[in-house]
Amino acid sequence: MIAPAIGRANLEVFADTLLALARRDHSIVVVTSDSRGSGKLVPFGEELPDQLVEMGIAEQNLVGVAAGLAMTGKKVFAVSPACFLTARSLEQIKNDIAYSDHPVKVIGISAGVSYGALGSTHHSIHDYAALRAINNIDIVAPADNFEAREAIRAALNHPRPLYIRYGKKPMLELHAPGARFEIGKAISIRDGSDLTFIATGEPTGRALLAAQALDAQGFSCGVISMHTVKPLDSAALLNAARHSRAIITVEEHSVHGGLGEACATVLLHQGISPPFKIVAIPDEYTVTGDQFEIFDHYGISADGLAETARELLSRR
Amino acid sequence: MTSDVYRGKESALQLRQLQRKSIEYRRAILRSIKAANAGHTAGSLSCIDILNVLYNYVMDITPENFASTARDRYIQSKGHSVEALYVVLADQGFFPESELKTLSRFQSHFVGHPTRKVSGIEHNTGALGHGLSVSVGLALGAKMSGSLHRVFSLLGDGELAEGSSWEALMAACHYELDNLVIIVDRNGLQITGATEDVMGLEPLAEKFAAFGCAVRSCDGNDVASLTRAFDRLPFERGKPNLLLARTVKGAGVSFMEDVVKWHHRVPADDEYQAALTELAAAESAL
Repeated sequence: MIAPAIGRANLEVFADTLLALARRDHSIVVVTSDSRGSGKLVPFGEELPDQLVEMGIAEQNLVGVAAGLAMTGKKVFAVSPACFLTARSLEQIKNDIAYSDHPVKVIGISAGVSYGALGSTHHSIHDYAALRAINNIDIVAPADNFEAREAIRAALNHPRPLYIRYGKKPMLELHAPGARFEIGKAISIRDGSDLTFIATGEPTGRALLAAQALDAQGFSCGVISMHTVKPLDSAALLNAARHSRAIITVEEHSVHGGLGEACATVLLHQGISPPFKIVAIPDEYTVTGDQFEIFDHYGISADGLAETARELLSRR
Repeated sequence: MTSDVYRGKESALQLRQLQRKSIEYRRAILRSIKAANAGHTAGSLSCIDILNVLYNYVMDITPENFASTARDRYIQSKGHSVEALYVVLADQGFFPESELKTLSRFQSHFVGHPTRKVSGIEHNTGALGHGLSVSVGLALGAKMSGSLHRVFSLLGDGELAEGSSWEALMAACHYELDNLVIIVDRNGLQITGATEDVMGLEPLAEKFAAFGCAVRSCDGNDVASLTRAFDRLPFERGKPNLLLARTVKGAGVSFMEDVVKWHHRVPADDEYQAALTELAAAESAL
């Protein structure tokens, strides 16, 4: 068993990728809300000042302005902390981007519990739920540097409104060379006949570590990176449910309205009911601490997920 | 950016034509609302002279150039007065006026707030406090691209209680968007009552000026006053243009004027006939 290599923060990969793309494509415009530092976009602003628009601490205006810029033919990335962007500006995302159908790329930075120690004001564990209920916007949560980079490349020419969230901590590299990324298409990292972890975003590496640990204990566990929360790759989910006995979903989000409930709905509609567990953040004010400490607290860890898996598999 | 091309159009005939259009539009608004048995009557009557002058005198927006990036842009932030926009767009030839018979009907594109499904509409509005931000983005994008088109944004006065309007205004001034023309339909009423009772706005002109706008005011129900105001665009270099258009809610139909209940009341048969009679008299008097 080879431990996955540790890469960089997805946020850094996002910023570097966007800068590289924007050097070649001057129609790319980044709009920020006093957030270029948090978004690792200081080098972007220094090198391409004409392609970065500062809106100050005004997220509602940021999203409306982003829509207007997109209407003039710009490829607009609206970059702001996910917690504010997807709550305070939710109506602007709903009406000015999604309903009006302007293909703005809404980028939630320091997402999930990345701002762990800053408390619940700064956590975005509602964003999948909020945006899943809005028509005409896709939702992507990259798991590692490869997905972080490919998500931005794919976003550039994505014809629809799109939300992508990025975190601040270095991520494990999960994918073999030659992996392919496509919005709406899950990536199978490994197969398993006993159980499959369906994970999205930054906890995916932890699901892989759990699967590897379970391997050593004689269980066969698969991991699917469901980087696109909407539209959900139902085929990949159903395939996993048919080829393994149990399913665990893993996400950096509230248990309500996220990946887990999306998967449960697909399975039940198909009449498939394997042993199933949603591992996510419970309906409480989240404990504070480092992102990984919070993951550990809620069982979004190699040990926690392995234990949940063993318990689920022992049920029958 | 210059408005020179628009100067000199204000001949007596032109003015008379605009006055006639305002009456025709009022009739069409009432006809549409009556047929649909729904609509925002008084707010549409309040802003119709502004739309008349914008579409027939000021803005370079036609069905023929609507795909061109050089066209001017119009965003109606007070989306609830969509009936005013629909009748003007129909008159401009964006779609046959007969289509307006489907207003508010099941599956009609003619919804009670603007949507891009209707030819001639740039952006979906209806939730208040959104249009100015989008307009700022449009004006900023034009500046960034070196495009000379102008962006016209119609706001209601009641909607100025939405904080996002002021966020947008700050940005418009910060970026010195003199290609942006903000028109405030200052009729003084909102659904509950007088704006000054619901949430006071005054001193409004001073507030806009303090933000950094070039503020002018006019009689927003007088096409001559409106054309004179728009003739002076841009009001000042390096500042967003803010036209405070003093209007009367329900303007043109005496028993609707300045009466709160007409915000979205549909005229009964006798009221409808009385309104048409009054408009016919006004037309004869031209």
